[in-house]
Amino acid sequence: MAFMTTNVLKNLVGRYSTRLYPITTRAAFDAYRGELYNEIEKCIFCQNCARKCPSQCISVDKEIGTWVCDPFACVYCGLCVEACPVNCLHMKSAWRHVATGREMIEMQGTPPKPKKKKTEDAAAPAEDAEAKAKKPAKK
Amino acid sequence: MPRTIIPFGPQHPVLPEPIHLKLVVEDEIVTEALPQLGYVHRGLEKLTEIRDYNQMIQIVERVCGICSKIHAMCYCQGIEQMMGIEIPERAKYLRVIWSELHRIHSHLLWLGLFADAFGFESVFMQFWRIREKIMDINEATAGNRVIVSVNVVGGTRADLTPEQCSWILTELDKVEAEFKKLQKVMLDDYTVKKRTVGIGVLTREQAYSLGAAGPTLRGSGVAQDMRQLKYAAFDSLDFEPVVETGGDCYSRSKVRFLETLQSIDLVRQAIARLPMGETAVKVKGNPEGEVDMRVEQPRGELFYYLKGNGTKFMERVRIRTPTFANIPPLLAMLPGIELADVPVVVLSIDPCISCTER
Ligand code: SF4
Ligand code: SF4
Repeated sequence: MAFMTTNVLKNLVGRYSTRLYPITTRAAFDAYRGELYNEIEKCIFCQNCARKCPSQCISVDKEIGTWVCDPFACVYCGLCVEACPVNCLHMKSAWRHVATGREMIEMQGTPPKPKKKKTEDAAAPAEDAEAKAKKPAKK
Repeated sequence: MPRTIIPFGPQHPVLPEPIHLKLVVEDEIVTEALPQLGYVHRGLEKLTEIRDYNQMIQIVERVCGICSKIHAMCYCQGIEQMMGIEIPERAKYLRVIWSELHRIHSHLLWLGLFADAFGFESVFMQFWRIREKIMDINEATAGNRVIVSVNVVGGTRADLTPEQCSWILTELDKVEAEFKKLQKVMLDDYTVKKRTVGIGVLTREQAYSLGAAGPTLRGSGVAQDMRQLKYAAFDSLDFEPVVETGGDCYSRSKVRFLETLQSIDLVRQAIARLPMGETAVKVKGNPEGEVDMRVEQPRGELFYYLKGNGTKFMERVRIRTPTFANIPPLLAMLPGIELADVPVVVLSIDPCISCTER
């Protein structure tokens, strides 16, 4: 125990190692992957982010131009940010706050004008992914 | 003397993990231990059917938080071997840096918990305070504190700038200086020795025949470390497995203590030799074939069996984690010890039940 004496004295008179959270907080580092947000006016509703997401928590509707993310299912991996072709997805380098209820991040943008040949595959991406997922199971 | 069966866990004040042991005790001495698992089974392996092989990286990272990087590295290496991808040299070194940082923080966490298990609260807090520096390095370089998510098939997603490298080195110097101050307390203190020396002995033969892994195996005198297989950049780094011959709780904690210093040294070596260049190569196609891959986790050998069928979904991902291998040795250690020593012995294998059950 005697080996600890200097350490103990240092701890007694030195600065605290902890912070008085939430009164004092440390700023998050620049690279920190915090809350996800979408610059919706840039979004082209290509659904790349929804396809790449490992927890399948993004749903994009091309027809009506909505982008919805479930922040409680999101694992903050940042794959969607990398997958976005127009770089409209970002992650704030800020701590995520506690929440008392389940809320979705919903964003409404202007959907792209439909092409001349109208495609019918604009179903919700969640269903889309599920249908794809079932394929290997069936065989 | 009447036999009593004591249920120990899954919720227990001294156990951080939900393991349940039925302890048969006679007069405060444990005579038999029966494990019961399955409290935190999550069925991650089954998810291979609905998540493609790239998304599986994020899933295997969640097998165990503390070794997340190493799980992902093992999985990615397996897929790369299956698809015949040669990853850039820089990515190999980056993988080593982050995986050794993970080993450091895992061992620091364990040393703290172990001290806590025999009642040394102060040392527990000292170790966790040191650990915080490593978590900050993770956050600043990879974007998250625990599940850093830096691996992709074909390399790494994140990169280290020269400033970050020198910052890591200065932080590691501080970590090492503070850590070495605790060496005497952890390894020479009378009370610590009283609680750990000669408790839960696993002989060399037992460790070998029961298939122990990692520090449990090396604490019993077997010099086996999966890093000797020279995956990632370990072929060009110098290290020797840390071996202790006591086979008791003290030897296992000493192995982990010295391995932390060794990992700090390995990070330094890797940063010093970090080559320039790309961090990832583009990957085309889907994995096909089968492969097995072994890497060294903080807790021991991690084994992956991967089977691909040419589609973007894997056919099978089988994970065998070190704690799973260490449960039979644990059951061999328990008979003959006092009931009060059970938490110390259980913790000495560094149990991680969530990774045992996936
Ligand atoms: S950060 Fe990851 S989990 Fe969250 S929405 Fe993006 S891809 Fe999905
Ligand atoms: S990937 Fe980008 S552009 Fe495409 S739907 Fe997602 S946020 Fe919009």
